[in-house]
Amino acid sequence: MQEPISVTALNQYIKGMFERERLLSRVLVRSEISNYKVYPSGHHYFSLKDAESSIRCVMFRREAMSLRFRPENGMKVVVSGRVSVFPRDGAYQLYCATMVPDGVGELAFAFEQLKNRLHKEGLFDPAHKKPIPAHPRTIALVTSPAGAAVRDMIRILGVRYPMARVLVVPVRVQGEEAPEEIANGLDLVNALDMADLIITGRGGGSMEDLWAFNDEGVARAIFRSRIPVISAVGHEPDVTIADFVADLRASTPSNAAELAVPDQADLRDRLAHFQARMDRSVDRRLQVRRDALRRLGSSPFLQSPQRAIQEKRLLLDYQQQRLLHAMDRQIGEHRQQMGRLAASLDALSPFKVLSRGYSITQKDDGTVVSELSQVEKGDTLRVRVSDGTITCTAEGKEKTKWRKRS
Amino acid sequence: MAEKKLTFEQAMGRLEEIVAQLEAGDHSLDNSLSLYEEGAKLMKQCATMLDKAEQKVMKLRTDANGELTEAPFALKE
Repeated sequence: MQEPISVTALNQYIKGMFERERLLSRVLVRSEISNYKVYPSGHHYFSLKDAESSIRCVMFRREAMSLRFRPENGMKVVVSGRVSVFPRDGAYQLYCATMVPDGVGELAFAFEQLKNRLHKEGLFDPAHKKPIPAHPRTIALVTSPAGAAVRDMIRILGVRYPMARVLVVPVRVQGEEAPEEIANGLDLVNALDMADLIITGRGGGSMEDLWAFNDEGVARAIFRSRIPVISAVGHEPDVTIADFVADLRASTPSNAAELAVPDQADLRDRLAHFQARMDRSVDRRLQVRRDALRRLGSSPFLQSPQRAIQEKRLLLDYQQQRLLHAMDRQIGEHRQQMGRLAASLDALSPFKVLSRGYSITQKDDGTVVSELSQVEKGDTLRVRVSDGTITCTAEGKEKTKWRKRS
Repeated sequence: MAEKKLTFEQAMGRLEEIVAQLEAGDHSLDNSLSLYEEGAKLMKQCATMLDKAEQKVMKLRTDANGELTEAPFALKE
């Protein structure tokens, strides 16, 4: 006899059983939605049902955020997820990971299947995304050579960035052979290194029309491309496997051309901007020099050399005056001294004595007679007085007897 | 600087360098002026590249011998 167990224990046991079951850990279910409710928490609750059965489903906020459409009651969808037990209610339910509208039946089914598989394999991993070159030199368009898509791309590439060469790699983008041709085209561009950027895609169409870009072979060819790939399939809402694998997803072929190259209008703006910055910085450098030069130029000498010369001339005049003045003074002094000397010379002159009654007696030869012995009787003597000369003849000589002073 | 034919991208890259160097202002005036000259030359070169660029569109095809060749691509309207 077994011991009774609690409901919790029972439900936990059952939950464990569900979770050990591999088939239940990953199911794909196609069905119709009913009782769809979005809770304030952001989790979505609903049931999937068909004629005979229904199952409770929950899609948590995180997964529900990536829904590309708004699920409605009665809508046919393909849901992926796992089945497990909610112990509180003792009910099993489907925990949804993804949900897509079941518009095209098998295709959507396959799409989800492939998408999940490649996702798991890491083909969509952002770490594998290669950067798009800023200025591609050759862009390979792996697409149909006919139709609006290729024309739009070439036109937009030409308007925006005509420097890039465009190489059309013609492939079929629709029909049974399309996937293989697209994959081969991608491989060929890589093998021959014919471009530095690839755009692959096609214009809009039905999901069947776009189907080649949901092909696994195409997805893997995009993934192994060394050259960055931009996917450009259909219109804005169309999403293909190629979009997930590509290094960059464009919403349309025209959008791909815009994403692939810079716009020459922007490039010209940038050039103008460079020019302005270059001019500004060199102008600034020159301005500093110019200011220095202006400062130098404002010195009075450079400003008016005449005036400076004038000033020097005035200074010269002034010095000259001083010099002349000094000379005059000195000459005056000398003159005075000379006057004094002349006066004393005059005072000492023997002729000066003559006016006081003295005279000078000279012989014929001019010698001055100062002693008797110089004269003989009969000599002619010349006696100089103050105003002339008397010529005489010596009559006799008599020696003077000087009395001694008492 | 050698008169080498730069690609547009290289020329733009060099221009960016020159502008940054000029703005840093740690070159002599002579150096700055020769940088400026080089920049002006590149500027003209880039503008000319943009003005003269004519989009080349080729198409990959297989010729009679089964060899891959490129031929001018004509849009069929």
